[in-house]
Amino acid sequence: MATVSAPKQVSVKEDAEALRKACQGWGTDEKAIIAVLGHRNAAQRRQIRHVYEEIYQEDLIKRLESELSGHFEKAVYRWILDPPDRDAVLANVELKKSGNKHHVIVEISCTKNPEELLAIRRAYHARYKRSLEEEVAYHTKGDTRRLLVALVSAFRYYGEEINTTLAKSEAKKLHEAIKDKKFGNEDVIRILSTRSIAQLLATFNCYREQEGTSITKNLPKDSSDEYIAMLRMAVRCLKDPKKYFEKVLRRSIEGIGTDEDALTRVIVTRAEKDLKEIKELYHKRNNVPLDKAVDKETSGDYKDMLLTLLGNEV
Amino acid sequence: MANPCEVEVLNNALSGIGVDEKSLVSILTKSQNEHKKSMRKGCSKFFLEDERQFERWNDSAIKSLKAEFKLFKDVVVLSLMHPWERDARLLKKALKKGPPHYNVIVEIACTRSSDQLLGARKAYHSLFDRSIEEDLASHVKGSERKLLVALVSAYRYEGPKVKEDAAKSEAKALLNAIKNNNGDHKKKAMEEDEVIWILTTRSKPHLKVVYEQYKKISAKTITEDLEVELLLKETVECLCTPQTYFTRVFDTALREDAKEDAKKALTRLVATQEDVDLKGIAAKFEDKIKERVKGAYKDVLLGVLADDRK
Repeated sequence: MATVSAPKQVSVKEDAEALRKACQGWGTDEKAIIAVLGHRNAAQRRQIRHVYEEIYQEDLIKRLESELSGHFEKAVYRWILDPPDRDAVLANVELKKSGNKHHVIVEISCTKNPEELLAIRRAYHARYKRSLEEEVAYHTKGDTRRLLVALVSAFRYYGEEINTTLAKSEAKKLHEAIKDKKFGNEDVIRILSTRSIAQLLATFNCYREQEGTSITKNLPKDSSDEYIAMLRMAVRCLKDPKKYFEKVLRRSIEGIGTDEDALTRVIVTRAEKDLKEIKELYHKRNNVPLDKAVDKETSGDYKDMLLTLLGNEV
Repeated sequence: MANPCEVEVLNNALSGIGVDEKSLVSILTKSQNEHKKSMRKGCSKFFLEDERQFERWNDSAIKSLKAEFKLFKDVVVLSLMHPWERDARLLKKALKKGPPHYNVIVEIACTRSSDQLLGARKAYHSLFDRSIEEDLASHVKGSERKLLVALVSAYRYEGPKVKEDAAKSEAKALLNAIKNNNGDHKKKAMEEDEVIWILTTRSKPHLKVVYEQYKKISAKTITEDLEVELLLKETVECLCTPQTYFTRVFDTALREDAKEDAKKALTRLVATQEDVDLKGIAAKFEDKIKERVKGAYKDVLLGVLADDRK
């Protein structure tokens, strides 16, 4: 369930005016921005941007980008975009980073339903004039490339039908590949990137029945091999996305310092979907509510924005 | 007694591509038993006399006649189907029939627009309760698997923007992959990761530039260098020079010795390609169509390729 509370009826005209007022003159009224945008759903935000442009002849997003800064600005920018567009931007940012880690690509491709992933790929075309697949292929090599391109190109069947015989035999194939440490094996990539979610869950269950442990436990955890880390991530995302997101949140908060990018990403992308359940998982696991942890670890307008998206009144 | 020219009419009506329904109707309605008997004696192509002097139909002639009659039915059924259902069914059939028919998969995956291919994938979900990617990945066993799954999963960017530099270096990469594999028989070019990602994720305008760049650095075109790997060659053809591919389909189908699959390929093209380009090619073959094709099937071909069709 969503944590963001958006009233059913809003006057987008008034919202646009309020945002305009918040940006005029000296300084910016960040609280007003949070008060409006933090309580609007995707459709409403889209309408506000449209009306704002009509009335004031400028792009609201560009305006906000110039008025705000730091983590707060990043959060608002990601929040105000349409969900598919947002994920396209997140994917692009991730690909432009140097190094081999492309966890966000795995996250995006494995936690969305087929239509959502498709919408992201369309949004990527529109924004970057290339396909997401070719960019991923271009920025990666070897096993990583084969896995990521396959995951990102997937258009899985979305029904609930399962073939138990198939699940058993594919569980066996996965086990053999893992046992022989052939993690980049074609069967592994094929199964993970083409089977429907229902079928995969059945396969993972068969795996556990056959081997006694879950498949994730059999994938080496602290491997320095980036490919194995991504493979493990893919399995976890496909198996239980909420549990995965809880862990991302936990990791971003614990220890010294906070990973604001990860924190923002999870909260902004799940606030309208299942952040409520993720919060509950967090509370169970860490004995402290997520809101409290965020309150403690962040500050200022950034904190207020996150808390609002988490459903609080600041 | 049957007229010698009636025998000829019968021969003609059942030869070539398709069948001349009108002539057949007039022969049948005007013939009595004596007529039919002498026609059987006169058409040695379709009838034979066995060792007991019994005049019977030639079995293989019946089989090929069946295929000819089917051409019209196929073109009707295919043309009326929703394009997505059509492509999904064609893909399923090709997969079922096995490796010699994988070129149909290549044809569909490479000549459809991004959204059309996507529609076919959706239709496949609805019709067969699986994704085409799963079925391909689990049924194709050989070296073609990676290529076919990737082709069918593509959702290419369709804008005109192309990066020249990337195209140049990718042409080089393709040349390397092809040259390296000409001697090495362990791995085919179509299994090379470089080849696969370039051909299955880049946009068509981009690939056309890659094709041109390749010509500059190699003595031949990519398709010429890929003579040994037919599937890969057709992939490049359909993506970069679809006209060449279409022309070849027309040419092969309209030959004297054209096989069933060649004619089916023609039917498939005519029913599924809506490109204005197809008309240009068809104009070249109009005379051949008028000469070799018969009956209702011919009318459909000519009508479909006529100027006033939208």
